[in-house]
Amino acid sequence: MIQQLSVFIENKKGRLAYITKVLAQAGVDIRAMSVADTSDFGILRLIVDNPDKAIEAIKNEGMAVSLTDVLAVGVHDAPGGLAEAANALWSNGISVEYAYAFMKREKDIAYIILRVDDNERAIKVLRENGISLPEEGDIKD
Amino acid sequence: MANYFNEKMETMSRDEMAQVQSERLVKMVERAYNNVPLYRERFKESGVEPGDIKSIEDLNKLPFTTKDDLRDTYPFGMFAVPKEELIRIHASSGTTGKQTVVGYTRHDIDVWAESCARALVSIGGTRSDYVHVSYGYGLFTGGLGLHYGAEMLGATAIPVSSGNTKRQVQILKDYGSDIICCTPSYAMFIGETVRDMGIDPKTLKLRAGYFGAEAWTENMRREIEKILDIKAYDIYGLSEIAGPGVSFECWDQTGMHVNEDWFYPEIIDPDTGRVLPDGQYGELVFTCIGKEALPLVRYRTRDISCLSRKPCPCGRTLVKMAKPKGRTDDMLIIRGINVFPSQVEHVLLSLNMDPNYLIVVDRVGTLDTMEVQVEMTQGVISDTVRDIEAMEHKIAAALQSTLNISAKVRLVEPKSLPRSEGKAIRVIDNRDIK
Repeated sequence: MIQQLSVFIENKKGRLAYITKVLAQAGVDIRAMSVADTSDFGILRLIVDNPDKAIEAIKNEGMAVSLTDVLAVGVHDAPGGLAEAANALWSNGISVEYAYAFMKREKDIAYIILRVDDNERAIKVLRENGISLPEEGDIKD
Repeated sequence: MANYFNEKMETMSRDEMAQVQSERLVKMVERAYNNVPLYRERFKESGVEPGDIKSIEDLNKLPFTTKDDLRDTYPFGMFAVPKEELIRIHASSGTTGKQTVVGYTRHDIDVWAESCARALVSIGGTRSDYVHVSYGYGLFTGGLGLHYGAEMLGATAIPVSSGNTKRQVQILKDYGSDIICCTPSYAMFIGETVRDMGIDPKTLKLRAGYFGAEAWTENMRREIEKILDIKAYDIYGLSEIAGPGVSFECWDQTGMHVNEDWFYPEIIDPDTGRVLPDGQYGELVFTCIGKEALPLVRYRTRDISCLSRKPCPCGRTLVKMAKPKGRTDDMLIIRGINVFPSQVEHVLLSLNMDPNYLIVVDRVGTLDTMEVQVEMTQGVISDTVRDIEAMEHKIAAALQSTLNISAKVRLVEPKSLPRSEGKAIRVIDNRDIK
């Protein structure tokens, strides 16, 4: 499992620019991100190289942030790669709350961040289906 | 154990009380008129003379007094006695402007002390109790009020004053304090310190506390009762009228008995000045019928309360006032319903959220709208939109049940709401109503 930062931001101009600048100044590298938005607010979800440093920098700015355990899943970078993992979870009754893609400079593997309702069971199911689950250390660089 | 400090005054019939009040009012009006230039002027403007006031029924012929009157005559302009007769001065903190200064004769100090002594007896206080006073001592009336009350009762006052909380706890423990008096927020802080010092509150002798001088909720009462393992009682007062003890909760915890033989209460419509019947909320007004140095006539407290003369199980016939539910200065009327920012604050606290909010009132067509913006609390934020929307709905539902009015709730970023000079701005009213 890896840790995701969830930052509460209002739907106002310049908020993304602001928060990414805060992270840049703290020397935090963003590995993956997605934004869930409504008309009034958004949740910025981030996977970073150093969650502790990122949290500290964001809290220092007085912003609301929390940590959530999510799964990083490595799938074959070919048609049907993600379908295999999604199917395994679905057929075992595990719901995916949200998912987003992950940049990684490797040839054959695409990484996906998954937020599911039951991490432990999801890990078991994915492993049984031979799907790779990189850990925190694997995605640092 | 005595049930009353002054049984005669505290349990007399309504008729007898009206008689006492009438006699005292007549004397007091004469004193105010003869010795305070402002009152002489005001009475003339209103076309009343002291001779027109024959009983308490005539009180509504008299003009009101406001905090501004005290400020305009700062510092001693409304005192009705020569300084030889004064024995004490107190003053308000003056956080919202120039401070207001109040004076007391020996009789006034006795009146005030007895008010507090009556209060202490009503919650089971006796001569053998240690009364731990953690209100600040000084110009502020909190400390010395309860101190003199405890002494008048014959209990033992411990003048700890506020601050140095660990020492407070040490004294509670070592001296075996029975009753504590302080602000409710300080009581919570003392309770937390007791816990942090690893002391089981059940091992303390402390059994009751009088808390006042700031607004507090039933939630807070329960928390204080739990953390200190005591009964927590409300005490009300303001320096202009005397100080703490103007009214007090008895063991029944259902409203505060007003020492009405000295402080005559009325509830008025803040807009029209009309006197409202028992049970109806309005602005609380006091006339100091039993005081010499500062005989305030119909002083507008700006506190919103209501009165009840229903029989109390404690046996006191003294009229009861409800815990003030806000101030006229910050009352909003939205779709005909009175809304106090403090109510919003209580709702947020009850949901474990920091009370950083802004009420935005607007008018769309002929309909008032209310939006409550609430700063996201660190530690409450979730990673899903669904959770955050659920939280908004939860706050809205709690507001609806407390305020009886629907409000749109919008969560905003921490520290994003406007603050001026450190004090938060709570209300923006965009309605253009003339």
